[in-house]
Parts: sequence; C-alpha cells; structure tokens
Amino acid sequence: MADVPLLEFADVGRDFDVSQPWLERVLSRLPKQRLVAVDDASFRVARGRTLALVGESGCGKSTVGRLAVGLYKPSRGTVRFDGQPMPSGSGRETMAVRRRMQMIFQDPYASLNPRWKVDDIVAEPLRVQNAAMSETDRAERVAALLRQVGLAPADARKFPHEFSGGQRQRISIARALSSEPEFLVCDEPTSALDVSVQAQVLNLMRDLQDRLGLTYLFISHNLAVVEYVAHDLGVMYLGRLVEVGPATTILKDPAHPYTRMLLAAVPDLAMTGTSRTPVAGEIPSPIDRPSGCAFHPRCPHATERCRVETPVAKPIGDGRVVACHLVGS
Amino acid sequence: MPAAESRWRRWLDSDIAWSFRRSPVAILAAVVALICVVGALFAGWIAPHDPFDLASLELMDALLPPAWTAEGRATYLLGTDDQGRDVLSGILYGARISLLVGVGSVVVAMVLGVSLGLLAGYAGGSIEAFIMRVADVQLSFPAILIALLVDGVVRVAMPDSAHGGQALWVLIASIGLSGWVQYARTVRGSTLVEKRKEYVQAARVIGRHPVAIMFHHLLPNVLGPVLVIATIHLATAIITEATLSFLGVGMPVTTPSLGTLIRVGNDFLFSGEWWITVFPGLALVALALSVNLLGDWLRDALNPRLR
Amino acid sequence: MSALLEVRHLRVAFETRRGPLVAVDDISLQIGEGEILGMVGESGAGKSVTGTAILGLLEPPARITAGEILLEGSRIDNLAPEAMRRLRGKRIGAIFQDPLTALDPLFTIGQQLVETILTHDAVGARAARDRALKLLGEVGIPAPEKRLDQYPHQLSGGMRQRVVIALALCAEPRLVIADEPTTALDVSTQAQIIELLKRLARTRGTAVLLITHDMGVIAETADRVAVLYAGRIAEIGPVREIVHAPLHPYTTGLMGAIPKLGALRSRLAQIDGAMPRLDAIPPGCAFHPRCTQRLAQCDREIPRAVAVDGREVACWLHGESSRG
Repeated sequence: MADVPLLEFADVGRDFDVSQPWLERVLSRLPKQRLVAVDDASFRVARGRTLALVGESGCGKSTVGRLAVGLYKPSRGTVRFDGQPMPSGSGRETMAVRRRMQMIFQDPYASLNPRWKVDDIVAEPLRVQNAAMSETDRAERVAALLRQVGLAPADARKFPHEFSGGQRQRISIARALSSEPEFLVCDEPTSALDVSVQAQVLNLMRDLQDRLGLTYLFISHNLAVVEYVAHDLGVMYLGRLVEVGPATTILKDPAHPYTRMLLAAVPDLAMTGTSRTPVAGEIPSPIDRPSGCAFHPRCPHATERCRVETPVAKPIGDGRVVACHLVGS
Repeated sequence: MPAAESRWRRWLDSDIAWSFRRSPVAILAAVVALICVVGALFAGWIAPHDPFDLASLELMDALLPPAWTAEGRATYLLGTDDQGRDVLSGILYGARISLLVGVGSVVVAMVLGVSLGLLAGYAGGSIEAFIMRVADVQLSFPAILIALLVDGVVRVAMPDSAHGGQALWVLIASIGLSGWVQYARTVRGSTLVEKRKEYVQAARVIGRHPVAIMFHHLLPNVLGPVLVIATIHLATAIITEATLSFLGVGMPVTTPSLGTLIRVGNDFLFSGEWWITVFPGLALVALALSVNLLGDWLRDALNPRLR
Repeated sequence: MSALLEVRHLRVAFETRRGPLVAVDDISLQIGEGEILGMVGESGAGKSVTGTAILGLLEPPARITAGEILLEGSRIDNLAPEAMRRLRGKRIGAIFQDPLTALDPLFTIGQQLVETILTHDAVGARAARDRALKLLGEVGIPAPEKRLDQYPHQLSGGMRQRVVIALALCAEPRLVIADEPTTALDVSTQAQIIELLKRLARTRGTAVLLITHDMGVIAETADRVAVLYAGRIAEIGPVREIVHAPLHPYTTGLMGAIPKLGALRSRLAQIDGAMPRLDAIPPGCAFHPRCTQRLAQCDREIPRAVAVDGREVACWLHGESSRG
C-alpha cells in the first residue's frame, strides 16, 4: 500500500463551455466554443510530500487544484484519491473522501465569510462532517486549532475584518485543518500577502506538514516560493504539463525551454544593476491555442515538427517527465 | 446587562448612527414616521372615538367641520363624515390598515423575491433564465395592473360573501406578488458577485448542501441592498394599496384604509366638506414621504462610495 | 546630479470623524534626472499615497497637511487643480497597476494617444499620429500601425501596460510615477516592462519613481531605494548596499523573508506580527513592537534619519553616537 500515491491524475482533461448565450449564438450563427483548460494531465503526489504546480496566468494550474478537491469533474481521464476514483455526488462515500481533503485559497479577504465569527468559520467543517460532536468539544477543538496556527483562542469571538491579511490566512488554514484532512490544495496561498507575512505563512505550512504528515498540492506562480515548499514540481503552459519531476532537479537544470524561460524571468535580488535578455512574446489566449506544441511561437528552438505535432510527455531518466520534441530524443 | 449596553454603545458609535445624527432630513422623517406608526399601532387607545362602534355613532354629529372652525366641536378635532364618524379616529384606524397591508406585502415580495433571486443567481443555467424572463415579462406591466389582475382573479374564484373578510389578505398577496421582481433582480446580481468569492468555494469543498450555502453563506451577504429596497417599497406599497382602495377594489368601507377614506370623502369634496378627504390625504402623504426619505437616507448611508 | 523632484517633510493625513489618520509622515526624498528611485514597502506603508500626493491626485478625505513637493525647483503641491492637471501629463506621467482601468475601453489605442498628444502640443493630426506610432515602437509594441486601430480589450495585459507607458510618455514628461506597474503581469511580461522602464530612464533622462512591494523588481530596476514602514522612510540609499547590507532591522527582516531562488531549503526568516493599522501606530519608532533589537528609547522617541555610509537610516541603532 505504501506505494499507492495519495493523489493521482491519469490523463485528466477539463473543458469549459465559453459560448455566447444561447439566443445570441443562434441569432448570429456562432458555433459552440470550448476552452480546454487542462489537457492530458498526469502526475502523482506521494503521501507527506508537496507537489507544486507553477505557471503563468491561464495555464490551468488552478483548474487542476479544483479538480483535485472535486470542485470540478474531469471531462476526460480519472482523478484517483488514495487509489480510488474520486466519487461524485453528495452521498456518504463522497463525504468520507471530502473530509480527508481541504483547500486554502488565495485571497484572505474573500475566503472568509465576512458575516461569520471566526469560531463559526473554523467549526464549519466540524458541523458538517461530525454533527454528533458536542458544543463544548467543538469549542475546545476550535481553540486548539487557533493555537496551532499561532492565533489566540479568544480570537474565536471576532469577525474576519478585525484581522490582518496574514492572520486571516491563518484562520483559513485553521478551518482547513479542522476536519483533520490528509491532503490540502493550496491555491496561491501567499500571493496576496506581504513578504514578511508570506514568510510566516510558508513557515507555518511547513511546520504543519512536518507535524501532521500533510500532503500538499501547492499552486503558485512564484518559483522562489515553490522552491522553498516543494518536493516535486510540475510546470504548466496553456493547460498542459510541460515538465514534472523533483523540484531541485528541475530548478537546477530545467529541461523544457519554457521552464528555462520562466526561471530566467524571475527578478533576482542578486541581479542588482545587471541586465539580462528578457523573454520575447506573450502567452496566447487559451481559446486559440497554437497548434502542435503550444509554446512553439515563443520557443527559440522551435522546429517544423513543433508546429505540427503535440509533444508527448516522456520520462528522461532522472525522475523527470518532459513534453518536448527536443528533449530526450 | 453590560453586554447589551456595550452593543448599544457600539451601535451609537457605528457609521450608520453617525450619518443618521448628521442628517436633519433623516431625523425629521424618522420622527414623522414614528408618529404615524405609533398612532396606527395604538389607535385603539389614542383615538378619541371608535369609528367601528355603530352604537356610539350619532347621526346628529354628521358632517361637522374641524374643531377650529366656527361650527366645529372640540370632541371632533378634524370634524366628522356623513355617518358622524370622527375623521381623526378614522385616520388612525385607517393608517393601521394601510401600514399592515404595506408591511405585509413588502414581506411577501421580499421573501419571494429574495428566494427566487438567490436561486437564480446560485443555480444559473435554465433555472436562472426562466426566473429572470418571468421577471422581465412582469416588469413590462405596471405594478398596479398586476395587483388589479391578482385581485380580480381572487374575486372571481372566491364567493362574494367570503371576500369582505379576506380583502386584507387578498390585497397583501396581490401587492406582494406585484413587487418581487426588484428584489429578485438585485439579489441575483449580488449573488452572482458573492458566489464567485472564495468563501463560497470553501463551503463547497467542505461539502455543504447548496441550499445551506445559499441561506447560511450568501443570504447574509446580499441583504444590505434588500433593506434599502424594502424601505422604499414600503412607501410604494402603501400608495398602491391607497390607489386600489380609491378605485374601489381595495379595503371595504366597513374596515377602511387611508385610501378608502379618501375615496369616501372625495364625494363630499365639491359640496364643501373638504376635511373628510383632505386630512386622510395629508396623513397618507406624511406616511409615504417620511418612509421614502428614510429609504433614501439609508441607501446613501449604506453606499460606501457616497460617503 | 541635480534633483528633478524634491519632496520635503511630506505629511499626508486622512481626515476622519475620529480625527486625522496620518498615512505619510515626514517623508523627504530626491530623484535626479535619469534616475530610478524605488519605493518599497508592504501594504499600508504609505507608498501609493506618496505617489498620489506627488501627482496631486489625493482625494478627500486625504490631503497634504505639511511639507512641500518641488519639481525642477518650483513648488507643485500648492498649485490650483487646473494648473496641476496641465502639469500632469506634460511634465509628470503616471503608470498604474491595472492597465485595463487606465485605458478608455470606448476608444482605440490610436485615438487615445493622438488625443493626449494634441492636448499637450499644438501639432497637426498627421504629426500626432506619427508621434503615436513612434511611441508605440519605442515601448516595444510589434506592428504599431495595426495596433493603432485596436481597442484596449483586443490587447494582452503586457501590451496594454506598454500602451499605458506610451500614453504616460506622450508629452515627454520629466518625471514618471509608476505605481506597481508590473504587479498585474505575468513574470515573463514583467521582465519586459522592467527592461522598458530602465531603457526610458537611460535614453530619455526621465526620472522615475517606481513604487512596488516586490523587492526583486526594485533590485533589478532602481538606482536607489527608499524602504517605507508605517508612513515613514526607514532607510534610503543605493540599491546595491541596501539589498546586500541593510542597516535598519526592518529592511534586514524584509530581505530575509524573501524566498530566493537557489538558496538552501532552510527556514525563511520571518518578522512576527504585522504592519500596524493607521489608527494604531505605536509611539516612538513604529517598528519597535516587531523589532528584535529594540533599545530603551525605541518606544518613546521617533528616531531621526541620520546619514550612514552614503545612505540615511531612521533607527536608534544607528543614532548620533554610532556615527563617529
């Protein structure tokens, strides 16, 4: 059982219908329009480890996160949690899986209901998933959770607007931990925070992983943050994973041209005063994806084959899987 | 009760209370509205006469002018009507009916509109399209026409004898049904904004039932604008009721509202007994205007952009 | 290098019914020709308020309550709104975080550029269009002739930000205030905009005030940097020295808290607590409750800025005694 990954994506794809409203579409004879947000995504997250997904806007990393907690259903492929396909619906089986996973969101100002007190927010998963729990036990559990994330039990009586952004993110984490999940999806949990507060939250997340043996799917656009938290790394571009593997290997020696470009673009404190060649071009809209390898219009090494044929992800030996015609052939 | 006291203090210190204290119009409107409401609620104690007590009516006292005129009598401050009923007492009892219909129909419209708006905004798809198209169609008719229609249908369906006692409920239902659209549209709009926020997604990850998300999470966050609409709608509903009663399809003469009083008095306007219709009319204006002004103030006070 | 912009003891307060809240307090700085001054700080530090004050765009209840702002030697903080409006765009340009809101969605890029050029210069429509084309080329927009007739929504985020920069440059301003110009952009686009800003300062001699929360952007772009905390300048000086050897404990903490690529997976240094709210700024040095090296006088007296090794630091650790 030990080698069953906690989360597994097998060729998962997810489409969205972005057509015009029905009446307008019929009147102006437009076809239905589909946006492929994620395609052919395959990866595994082992127990107690962190897989980080990085990429720029529109690359589909947040969609992958929502697929992982069952907020979206896959259009193609299977998402497996602890070896079992993710159940859908609202039956007992779904609830049993639901309580084992939680999510932390990006915006600490939008992720807490402004009309609720902190204790109601933190206790909500308990109320839903453990209705038999007594009020006093629940209050004790909330106090313990708040202490665990570095807040005072007395904070339970306050409203979210009485807290700073970093403290709100701690409340979010306390809520996520209240049902004692094994798996957390963290969608850009620190990108709305100030740096000094970001460090607090990142340290807290790592401490909690060590203490509780949590498994994280960590979504971020910031490679430096990712390097700090991730064991494994997946790089996404326009809905596809272009490179997956151990974080240190990828960051030290990126194989895919896009990963290389991303790494080169990170502003660096050590680079004061020096100039570097900026990346050319911009991300195309996911609605009209370039043919073949979606990165080819920006890739300095693109060949005719890249324009026509979509590269298949293949292992290149050092634990990495790369989707590029030029790598590993 | 120290907790209650501190809550009261906090309320006094809040932005709303502050903006209220700074607005003379709001204070005046509140005082007028309060007088109307207290007068209406305690009509049984305040009113000098009981206009419904047939035994106390003196036909000899019919058509007396207000007390300050030469022929007036001190017991009838605002004069009497053709049956010898005291106009002031009639107004107090009438205002009670008007307020009851107003508040009742606002509650009906609000419950219906808020629920449908929440459902449309949260469910989306064909449910949303259906609800909002119905709303659009209804919006293309004047509210009074809808109320007349509902009233007419009920009259046909119900025997005449039963109708007299049910007039109040029929009015509340018909005015309520004619006013839900505005609530539904506003609530749908705010729901569309709120449901994209991450706290709603967090509740979905936790596995909460959609109905629980709608009422526990979304409802408290979309109620702000509803409060403003409800206040302004209250004034509209009172006037709609008065209009229906004036047209003769509202409250019967036996339990008159302000609108009924105005209609009855209207017949005497040209024979010189102006007070029978003018005083109920003034009372209606005072009630509707003060509630309306309060609604305007509330809208400005709750709108952070204007502050 | 003579100072193109000089801010002296600027103080900005928000009038509230509970009394004034001071958002910017006693800020003094200078920017020379062709120089990029970075202004870095966390949310609530007062960096955007400072930029808005220089642009003369403060809206009530915020207003300048003390200090002065000088552009090329003459005061601009007391100008009438109409005179200030002419000054903006002519001698001061502005670039904001969200390029979409800075552009009018109803007009094409070309119309907006030509209109801006015409309001500031008495040139013909033909010449204005040529100038617009040249500007678009200069900010790195490929095929400018085609872009001229497009609407803002037809451009990507990075392209829009370039158009905003072109708009800000229409009248060849002496000073550009850039408030979080790269925050809404993806990393790859961000690098391109940084490069563009640097080139402008170098080739046109424009002074740039670059406001951002991202120390990485500052490190790559700015010549000097001002670190703000709770409305005051904690430390100001050359970028290289402040990044590599910060003197103020807050700057030290900030540098340690930034995750760096290629660093070991050790623990991130963190500053406990959070930036105080405007209505609860601690007495003395505002940073003292979070400071690990506080002295006896830190919670009583506000440290004055003192010159140390070519920069200025407002901290009791670097007071008169250690100046030597």
